[in-house]
Amino acid sequence: MEKSYIIKQISIFSENRPGRLAAVAGALKEAGINIFAFSIAEADGFGVVRALVDRPEDAHRRLTDLGFRVSFTDVIGVKMRDEPGGLSEIAGVLGDAAINIEYAYAYSGRDAAVLILRVDQVEDAIRKILGSGGELLKASTFH
Amino acid sequence: MPPWNPRMEEIPRDELQRLQFRLLKTQVYRLYSFSEFYRARMKEQGVHPDDIRSLADAAKLPFMYKGDLRDNYPDRIFSASRDELVRYHVSSGTTGKPTVVGYTRHDIENWSESLARAFTSCGLGRGDVIQVSYGYGLFTGGLGAHYGAERIGATVLPTSVGNTERQIELMQDLHVTAIACTPSYLLHMGEVAEKMGISIRDDTDLSAGILGAEPWSEQMRERIEDWLGIKAYDIYGTSELSGPMFSECTEQQGIHIWGDLALVEVIDSGTGEVLAPGEQGELVITMLQKEALPMVRYRIGDITVLEDEPCACGRTHPRIRRISGRVDDMLIIRGINVFPSQVEHALLEIPGIGRHFQIVVDRQGALDTMLVRVEISEEAFSDKITDLMVLKKKVENRLRSTLNVAVGVELVEPGTLPRFEGKSKKVIDRRSM
Repeated sequence: MEKSYIIKQISIFSENRPGRLAAVAGALKEAGINIFAFSIAEADGFGVVRALVDRPEDAHRRLTDLGFRVSFTDVIGVKMRDEPGGLSEIAGVLGDAAINIEYAYAYSGRDAAVLILRVDQVEDAIRKILGSGGELLKASTFH
Repeated sequence: MPPWNPRMEEIPRDELQRLQFRLLKTQVYRLYSFSEFYRARMKEQGVHPDDIRSLADAAKLPFMYKGDLRDNYPDRIFSASRDELVRYHVSSGTTGKPTVVGYTRHDIENWSESLARAFTSCGLGRGDVIQVSYGYGLFTGGLGAHYGAERIGATVLPTSVGNTERQIELMQDLHVTAIACTPSYLLHMGEVAEKMGISIRDDTDLSAGILGAEPWSEQMRERIEDWLGIKAYDIYGTSELSGPMFSECTEQQGIHIWGDLALVEVIDSGTGEVLAPGEQGELVITMLQKEALPMVRYRIGDITVLEDEPCACGRTHPRIRRISGRVDDMLIIRGINVFPSQVEHALLEIPGIGRHFQIVVDRQGALDTMLVRVEISEEAFSDKITDLMVLKKKVENRLRSTLNVAVGVELVEPGTLPRFEGKSKKVIDRRSM
C-alpha cells in the first residue's frame, strides 16, 4: 500500500561545467521523455541532477549509454496546501517521528505545489504523512 | 641454499670496493684509449683517467643517457670490434630509434653469471624447472633468463610469450617450479588457469616467480603471493646493462647489485650530486666489465634508494629498493617528489573510484597546487551531495598521507579521463605553460 507512493527518481552525476545540463535535457528530449520536476544540487566542482520523468528506466538507459553515471532513488511527493504553515506541518510530522529529510525540492503540480522529499525511512514517512491527514502523490501520477 | 659464487657474493665490503676501484680504473683507461665517444665526453667534462684515484672519484666521470645510444645508432658507441661480438639485442624504443646492444663472449658470460647468482639467491637450482615466459628474440628477457637458468643446472622450459593455455598445461605436466615473466603476465596466467579449472596454487608445483621488465608494486606482490601461493621476486635490469641482471634474494629486502659487475650510485636528479644511502634519487649504473657496450654512469631514469647495509642472507653487495618511478614522470610539488605511480597505487586501495586518473599541477601565487581528477564508480554514486563530499575527502586524505603533500580531488563523470594515451595526458603541468 505504501509502495504505491514511492516514486522512482533518476539522479545523474554531473560535472560543474557549461553544457552538462543541456546534454542531459537534450538526451531526454530526443528520447521523448517528459520531465515533470527536477533540481540541481551542486558542490565543489560537481553536482547531482535529480529528475522525475515519465519513463525512468528509459531515461536511465539512455543517459548511461551516453556515459553518465545514473542511479534511481526512492522519493515521495507531498501535496502542499497553498496557505501559511503548509511546509511546517509536514516537516513537523516527520521530525516528530525522527525521520530525517535528506533533501527536498518543490515543483508546481497540476492543482497544487508538490514537495519532493528524500527521507531516510521512506515507508515510515508515507505512513506518518497519510496518518496525519497529508496527501501524497501516487507513483502512477508520473509513470 | 648457499650462494652460487660464495667467494664473490660474500666478499668483505672493503675488498669489494678495492676490486671495484681496480675494475673502474681499468675500464676508464680502456675507454679513453679506444673509444672516441668516451674520450670526447671525458675531455668535455675536463676529466682524465689519471684523475680517478679512488672509487669516490667515479663522481667526476660524465653521465651517459639513453639518448647517447640513439644518437650513435646503431653501434658507434661500441668499444669492441665487430668480429668480437657474439650477439645483438635490440630494444624496441617506444620513442624514436631503437637501441642496439652488442655482446662479446665475455659479456654473455658475465650476464649469465649475474643471473645464476640471482636465481640461486631466490632458492632455485638443479632440480628446478624454470619456465621462461619472457619474450625470446630481440628482447633481452627470454634469452637472458634462459642462459642464467641453464647455468645453475635448472631445466629450462622456453615457452616465450603467448598461447597462455598451452603454457599452463606445460606448467602442470612438466612440473614447473618457477616462472620468469612480467608480473602482469603471471596474473593473466592465473586468470586463464582459473577459467580452465586449474588453480595454480593447488594444481601446479609452481613455487616462485622471478618477475620484472615492468614497474610493479608491493601490493601486486602480495596479491600474487596470496593468490597463487608462490614467492614473488623482483628482478631488475635493462637492455643497456645486458638485460635482466639483478634480483632480490629470499629475504625480499631489496635487489642485490653485484658490485664486481656494476657500480651503483643514487644521485639527485636536479644537481647530479651523489646521495647518501637511504636517500631516494635517480639510479646511476656503471658496468665495470662490459666490453662491447660499456655503460659508464648511465642514467637509466629509474628512481630508487640505495641500501648499503649487508643483507641478512649474508651477501655483502649493495642493494637497491624496488623502483618507485621514472625520473621523466616525477613531479616536484612544493619541493616534494611525487610520482604518478604513487597516486595510482593509492587510488587502487580506495573503493568507489575508478582506476583512471589525471593529475593537474598548477601554481597559485608562489604555491604549487596539485589536483587529482578521478571518476566516480557506479557503486559509489549516491545522489546525496554529502556522501559524495565524504568520498572526495577520503580520497584527498589518502593521497595526502601517501604523498606528503596536500592534494585536491575532483570527481568527474565516468569515461572522461584519458585511458591508454600514456603519460602525456595523465599529467598536465600548467606551471610551465
